Amino acid sequence: MSGAALLEVSGLTLGYGRSDVIKGVDLRIASGAAVTLIGANGAGKTTIMRGLSGLLKPRAGSIVFDGHRIDGLPGHRVARLGVIQSPEGRQVFSNLTIAENLALGAWLLNDAREEARRREGVLARFPRLAERLDQSAGSLSGGEQQMLAIGRALMSNPRLLLLDEPSLGLAPLFIEEIFRIIEDLKREGRTILIVEQNASAALDVADYAYVLQSGVIEIEGPAAQVAADPRVVAAYLGG
Amino acid sequence: MLSQQLFNGLVVGATYAIFALGFTVMFGVLGVVNLTYGFYFSFGALIALWLTQALNLPVWASFLIAVLASGLVAALVDSLLLTRLRRARAPELASLMVTLGATLLLYSLSSSLIGVEIRRFPAAAINASAFDLLGLRVSMTQLLIVFAAFAMVGGLVYLIQYTRVGLAIRAMAERPDTIALMGVNAGALARLVSFVSGSLAGAAGVLIGLNYNAIQPFMGEQMMLKGFAVIILGGLGDARGALVAGLIVGMLETLTAGYVASSWKDAVGFALLVLTLWIRPAGLFGRATVKRA
Repeated sequence: MSGAALLEVSGLTLGYGRSDVIKGVDLRIASGAAVTLIGANGAGKTTIMRGLSGLLKPRAGSIVFDGHRIDGLPGHRVARLGVIQSPEGRQVFSNLTIAENLALGAWLLNDAREEARRREGVLARFPRLAERLDQSAGSLSGGEQQMLAIGRALMSNPRLLLLDEPSLGLAPLFIEEIFRIIEDLKREGRTILIVEQNASAALDVADYAYVLQSGVIEIEGPAAQVAADPRVVAAYLGG
Repeated sequence: MLSQQLFNGLVVGATYAIFALGFTVMFGVLGVVNLTYGFYFSFGALIALWLTQALNLPVWASFLIAVLASGLVAALVDSLLLTRLRRARAPELASLMVTLGATLLLYSLSSSLIGVEIRRFPAAAINASAFDLLGLRVSMTQLLIVFAAFAMVGGLVYLIQYTRVGLAIRAMAERPDTIALMGVNAGALARLVSFVSGSLAGAAGVLIGLNYNAIQPFMGEQMMLKGFAVIILGGLGDARGALVAGLIVGMLETLTAGYVASSWKDAVGFALLVLTLWIRPAGLFGRATVKRA
C-alpha cells in the first residue's frame, strides 16, 4: 500500500479483566486509503476500535497517529486530534433531536458559520435527515440512525474516520446505501477504517484488508487479493 | 389567613424545589445516588452564617459566596470519590457506600469543629421589614427566597436547554460513554454538573437558614430525607417533577403546621410519597418504566 501512514499500530494488546482479547496486532493505514478489518463475531474487532479511540487503554504496543503517540490518551483527546468513530450499534442520542445530535458532532468546532456549512454537507448527503431535523433521534429507523451516526462523525471533519459495523442489523436496501456513501467518502479522499461482519461488501469498498481471528491478524493484503484468498472465501464469503 | 399560609408554604416549597432540582440533576445526569448531597445544604448555610457573622458581609453577598463554595466542595468531593468509580464502571451500590462513608465523615468533621447547637444569623443582618402585597404580609427575606429561587431555576433551564454545554450534559445523561467520541471531556463535564447541583443544595441551605433562622450542621440530613421523598414523588431524574413536588411538599407542610400541628409537618412529605407511589409507581412525572431503579 502506498502513501505515508496516517495511523501506525504496532504490537497492540488489549483486554478486559484477566484475559487479553487483542494479542499484538499491527495495522497501517495510509493517508487517503480505505482499510477494512473483517472477522467473525467475537474476534475482537470492536475492542480494537475502542482501543484506537482511547476508550480502552492498551496493555502493550503503540498507536501512532500522524506522528503523535495516542495510546494512553483519553478518548476526548484522541477525538481532538481528528480520530473520530461512528460506534457499533450507532449510539445516537435518542432523547435529543437530529439537529442536536449533529451539533454535538461539531463539539470541537467553535465556529458557527463553519458548523452550518458542514451541516449543509451532511444533510445533502443524507436527505432523510434533513426532513426530520427537529424530531428525536429515537424516532428514526435503524438505517436512519446509522446515517445520523455517520453524519455526526462527519460534523467534526475527521482526519481518520472509524466506522464500526456500519451495516449491522440493517435492511438490505440500507446496507447498499451505507456502502454507497462509504464509497463516496473514499472518493472524496477521506481516510477510513471500516470494521465489518459483512466481509464481501467491506472488501468491495476497501483498498486494503486485515482479517482478525481470535485477537490476531491472520491474513492481510490488498482487498482484491484478500477477497480471493481461499481461506477468506471459505470462512467469510460463504464460498 | 389561608392565602398567607399558602404564600409562606410557597416560599418554603421554593427552597425544597431548588434542593430537589440539584439532587435530581446529579442523579439524572451522573447516574449516581450521591449521599453527600445533603451536606452541601448544611455547608452553604454554615458558610453564609460565618460570612455574615465574622466578616459582616451583607446577606446577599454571603449567599452568593456560600453558593459558589458549596458548588466547589461538591465538585471536589465528586472528583475525589467518584471519578475512579465511574472509570471502572462500578455498580451503583459502590457509589452509594462510598458517598455514605463520606457523608458521615463530613458531618462529624463539621460538628466536631463547630458544635451541634443551633445558630442564628445576627439580627442586624436580616432585614426584618415586611410589606403588604395583595393582602399578604411579605418579608424581605421571603422576597429574597422567591427571587433567588426563580433566578436559579431560570439559570439552570437556560444552561441545560439553550447552551452547548447543556447539550453535552443532556447527551451525557443518556450515553456517558459515547460523548468522548465527540471530543467531550466527560470528567470535566461531571465536575461541572456536580458544581451546579452542589450550588443548588448550598443555595437551598442558605435560604432555609434565613427563613427559619436556625442553622446547625445536621440540617442537611433531614433535608436529604425530604429530598428523597420529593424526587421520588416527582419521578426520579425528572427536573419538572422535582420542582412541582418540591412546591407541593413545602405548601402542604406549612398548611399542616398552621392548621393541624407543627409536629406533624415532617410526616407530610412521606405520607404524600406513599400515597403517590400507590397510585403512580413511577412518580408524578415519571415515565411508566423506571430505567435506573
